Amino acid sequence: MTTEITYLEAIREALFEEMARDENVFCLGEDIGAFGGAFKVTEGLLAKYGEARVIDTPISEIGIVGAAAGAAHMGMRPVVEMQFIDFIANAYDILTNYVATARYRAFLPCPMVVRGPSGGYVRGGPFHSQNPEAGFIHTPGLKVVYPSTAEDAKGLMKAAIRDDDCVLFFEHKYLYRRIKGVMPAGDHVVPIGKARVAREGTDVSIITYAAATWKALEAAEQLQAEDGLSVEVIDLRTLAPLDDEAIVATVKKTNRVLVLHEDTRTGGIAGEITARISETCFEWLDAPVLRVTAHDIPLPYAPQLEDFVLPQTPDVVRAVRRLAAY
Amino acid sequence: MAARASSIARRVKDAVTGGGARPSDALSREAKLELYYWMRLTRTLEERLVALYRQTKVVGGLFRSLGQEADAVGSCFALERRDVMSPLIRNLGSMLVKGATPVEVLKQYMAKGDSPTRGRELNIHFGDVGDPATTRGFLGQISPLGDMVPVMAGVTLSFKMRGEDRVGLVYVGDGATSTGAFHEGINFAAVQRCPLVVVIENNHYAYSTPTEKQTLAKQFIDKAIGYGIPGYQADGNDVLATYDATKQAVDAARRGEGTQLVELLTYRRKGHAEHDNQSYVPAGEIERWAAENDPIDRYVARLTTELGFDASELAAVDDRVRAEVDAATDEAEASGFPEALDALVGVYADPPRERPLWFREGVEGAVAPSERAADGWGVFKADAKTESRVSQEDA
Ligand SMILES: Cc1ncc(C[n+]2csc(CCOP(=O)(O)OP(=O)(O)O)c2C)c(N)n1
Repeated sequence: MTTEITYLEAIREALFEEMARDENVFCLGEDIGAFGGAFKVTEGLLAKYGEARVIDTPISEIGIVGAAAGAAHMGMRPVVEMQFIDFIANAYDILTNYVATARYRAFLPCPMVVRGPSGGYVRGGPFHSQNPEAGFIHTPGLKVVYPSTAEDAKGLMKAAIRDDDCVLFFEHKYLYRRIKGVMPAGDHVVPIGKARVAREGTDVSIITYAAATWKALEAAEQLQAEDGLSVEVIDLRTLAPLDDEAIVATVKKTNRVLVLHEDTRTGGIAGEITARISETCFEWLDAPVLRVTAHDIPLPYAPQLEDFVLPQTPDVVRAVRRLAAY
Repeated sequence: MAARASSIARRVKDAVTGGGARPSDALSREAKLELYYWMRLTRTLEERLVALYRQTKVVGGLFRSLGQEADAVGSCFALERRDVMSPLIRNLGSMLVKGATPVEVLKQYMAKGDSPTRGRELNIHFGDVGDPATTRGFLGQISPLGDMVPVMAGVTLSFKMRGEDRVGLVYVGDGATSTGAFHEGINFAAVQRCPLVVVIENNHYAYSTPTEKQTLAKQFIDKAIGYGIPGYQADGNDVLATYDATKQAVDAARRGEGTQLVELLTYRRKGHAEHDNQSYVPAGEIERWAAENDPIDRYVARLTTELGFDASELAAVDDRVRAEVDAATDEAEASGFPEALDALVGVYADPPRERPLWFREGVEGAVAPSERAADGWGVFKADAKTESRVSQEDA
């Protein structure tokens, strides 16, 4: 039983298994029923679980997220699909003001998942390429997950559905059909809040997540081959809560850190990670923490422009060389 | 309140059944032929885009308005040049009527450096607004549905505040009416009595979702009652009926009667975008609309039988359209892609400072844009055939 499945199929498998395991789990979103979703993540769910548990909704992000919260208060476990994560902006109010505060203010449980295709490198233009995680990481009460492998996509989705809080589950659309993995047998759950060492190394650490993890691994191989550098790659997997232990451990191991993400630079999570490192393990650093991120620019459509705005492997290679030489 | 609702209903009825003279009766012979020209141009330009898309010269997805040409063209034809229109993804015809050129549209889709948005935005997401003496008066949409309704409320509020004799028109699909932005925008405009015409193009589907899963309202003009504004409904595949309904609404808005709602009944014959195989559409439905209710075929029949046009006059229009689209294609193909560094300019109104790039801040020297752009995803190269353009999945 070593069939490989894609990152997308892994998420679908998790949905099927969780709906079978717990009848309180249900899905709602635009075009997710007969059509199976814009990217076909929910394909087959309607046939198996019926219209009562696979709900095609009007184009109403606020309505969908609000209804999910209400159902979650009553003991259901809704899984909301944003057709593109960009449109989560419409639901920002209800997620940040209502859902995120519900437990703290009023002891209301919000066990729900809001999932959707995120990220760029796909010539999707300004409204089909965004990485809006930073705004939500800043909001206490929400958990944020963003996997880079098929195994994690499945295991973290299962954990997100079982989690007693609201989990925003970002799926990188560039990885949907490009990444494959063999799913571990049995009930494969990956704990939320635990980072993964994607590659062991001793000279420089790259802390990253989502599609950028693959840029980091590519750079690491090039640096090994061309410079003899041993680069460690940490895939955060969960952005809120951050795995401080894993971050500190890699800093202490390599003493040189690059934080890499696809999101824009100012106010991005790299700034937060850099601050935590400087507060907790400054004395372990042999070089300033560097960031490689997108430019602070709305993501443009033309390939020439998109390639320029988003971080690329040569940028990572260059930054690591600078760290190593420091 | 009951009296008010029934008077709205009566106006709806008038628009449908046509009590008295229709605005289209006053259209000149040239204007009637012009309507045909815009519809033919819309269809031919889209057919050209399909060819370019198949050659992978269109960078993102492709969104057709096949079967909706009459609704787009007839409604926008009711506007004056000084008015401002905000389209939806399927309003290529409206854009052309308002003065967008085929070459602009082709360059946008092909992500050329001299496209109206210089490669930053895609498909028909571009506009030209400002001084009515020098601009054509269309405002570029964004993808999030419904957002242009409140924006156009503001555009038309400014007309009212300045006492300008201008009207705004915003298009939304049946799906977009479910958004909060649609509701907030139309309600705001109504209360402020903004000279705004909201056109709902009911083309039966929002992506895969049929209208009955979008709303339980029997028809979208019923919503006008809830906002306290007049509603008009027309056969969106009859270009003159579409013009008549919209013209009445535009005239009322211009007379100071506030916000107006128009529902145009039409049908989306292609999928949401070119990749969509329409598996969710009942068998025979598309074929029926194509055979019995093609807006161009219907208008051609009317032009030649009822309105006294000669087939050769229409053929001359077809030839002109083909020549224009050919010339536009040559020009669009010949123009270049944007320079990578162009990405840095224009995020703010301030003149661009010599903005330090992050790789200059943290890393000595910049990586040349050419070197960076050359980078692929080496890790996935073996899988290159699975490459899919995301915008094929959506707008
Ligand atoms: C707020 C928002 N949610 C979801 C989407 C994704 N989306 C793009 S087009 C579309 C369907 C639009 O249907 P409709 O408004 O009826 O216009 P039509 O395509 O039929 O012309 C959806 C759901 C979006 N663009 N904006």
